[in-house]
Amino acid sequence: MSVSFLISQAKNIQIVIDENAAEIEALDQNIGDGDHIFNVQRGLKLVVELETDIKNLPLQKGLNMIAMKVLSGIGGSSGALFGTFFMSMAKTPDLDKNIDFNKACEMVITGINAMKERGKADVGEKTMMDVLIPVSEKLNELKSSNANMKEGLSEIIKIAEDRMLSTKDMLATKGRASFLGERAKGHIDPGARSSQLIIDTICKSLINK
Amino acid sequence: MKKFINNVDDFLKESLNGFGKAHNDIIKVNFEPNFISRKTKTKEGKVSLISGGGSGHEPMHGGFVGHGMLDAACPGFVFSAPTPDQMQAAAEHVDSGAGVLFIVKNYSGDIMNFQMGAEMYSGKNDSIITNDDVAVEDSTFTTGRRGVAATVLVEKIVGSLAENGGSLEECKKLGEKVNKNSGTMGVAFTSCTVPAAGKPTFDIGNDEMEFGVGIHGEPGRKREKIQPSKIIVNNMLEAIIDDLKPQKNEKTLLFVNGMGGTPLTELYLVYDNACEILKSKGIEITRSLVGNYCTSLEMQGASITLLKCDEEILKNWDAPVHTAAMRWGM
Repeated sequence: MSVSFLISQAKNIQIVIDENAAEIEALDQNIGDGDHIFNVQRGLKLVVELETDIKNLPLQKGLNMIAMKVLSGIGGSSGALFGTFFMSMAKTPDLDKNIDFNKACEMVITGINAMKERGKADVGEKTMMDVLIPVSEKLNELKSSNANMKEGLSEIIKIAEDRMLSTKDMLATKGRASFLGERAKGHIDPGARSSQLIIDTICKSLINK
Repeated sequence: MKKFINNVDDFLKESLNGFGKAHNDIIKVNFEPNFISRKTKTKEGKVSLISGGGSGHEPMHGGFVGHGMLDAACPGFVFSAPTPDQMQAAAEHVDSGAGVLFIVKNYSGDIMNFQMGAEMYSGKNDSIITNDDVAVEDSTFTTGRRGVAATVLVEKIVGSLAENGGSLEECKKLGEKVNKNSGTMGVAFTSCTVPAAGKPTFDIGNDEMEFGVGIHGEPGRKREKIQPSKIIVNNMLEAIIDDLKPQKNEKTLLFVNGMGGTPLTELYLVYDNACEILKSKGIEITRSLVGNYCTSLEMQGASITLLKCDEEILKNWDAPVHTAAMRWGM
């Protein structure tokens, strides 16, 4: 993993998110207030625009710059959560050494744990954490095994999709949808959908590499 | 979408620019990071009050910056929480050494961003979270109730205490008391349109209303057929009274707040209906506030807030205030 890897992933994600923007916006308008997609799009644009400033920086420095950009440029819950994600990833030890698959897993796990802490949300509360926490658990399993990486990534794609779909029948207990009670049922959580698309994009690009 | 707008990306900047120019006798707008502060420096020993939230609720919160109320306000994008660097910069700008009290509405994005801002600010600080909306359930298993129009009352009343030398602890205590003693219920007749979205946040029939709506057009308790005002107001007050349980002859402040698209004529009609209903229940109204203070862009609708008042609350409510949106006694 390197800064240019992160930027190229952000570009891929930007395309996928833009393609699915209308769907995510509609999901948010059903159970939230419709700002999620704009926040995600604004964040991706800001990260992609950082390219010339950060592409040659060491990973830790690049991650910190991405974190500050995301934190100060997005707003809403997404800004705080994704900002926390990058900020914590940057704190993973030994980032100056070669980043292999295990190390990359460790970074993502660290980041997701910090998001969980910040948002005080766990699995089953109809938020993006319903996708991210099971993905983090799977990464932890893969990290300490000698499993085939590509097979592992395919499993992660499946987990993210299943968990995203599982938010449909949940009652929300965190986030803006929690104000709705029973009325939130029957709608997929927009944050779970955008997170699943991000994970899907990254895993597919790694599988096809 | 029909709005006074040039370019969606410049919407907030141009609006803040105008606000700064229109009220340059009392406030100053700082850009990147965005915050509105008083024109004058916080006097030594005075606790600073900072609030903020997504834009689109004007005059909340920028319109409440000034003598007797807030020291600074941090506006986010329309309906999106502001970012931690705004709160940090605002705190550094206004704190005179007596500490900063952040006033935060109970929405996940606001809570997280204010929390991070408070962590990034090295000076003494504390926070209060408002959650006056009785439309949604308060439970330890949920994010809880939303913070809505009573935030205006908290900012006014705590602002007065801070102006008169109250400590950080005392300000927090009074803020929590005002929040605990107030309940709000909102109703929407139409949706609102977020500029970036370009279309209404929700669909609603010509003969329908959303009972228990939030201040971002997020759904509330139920969708109903529209009814005569007296019935709507009675249902709103019943929800508040169920929750707040005011005693007979208890003194209250009655606050009828417009959502942005309902004329004052109607808001005063709502006030009249509310007075009659409260009178029949033996609840005394000793103070009033009617107008657009905590809005949802151009949404048609209103909220009613009832605040149970003791002497401390009344004294601080009556104290002089001079802000863009509220001014009396000076």
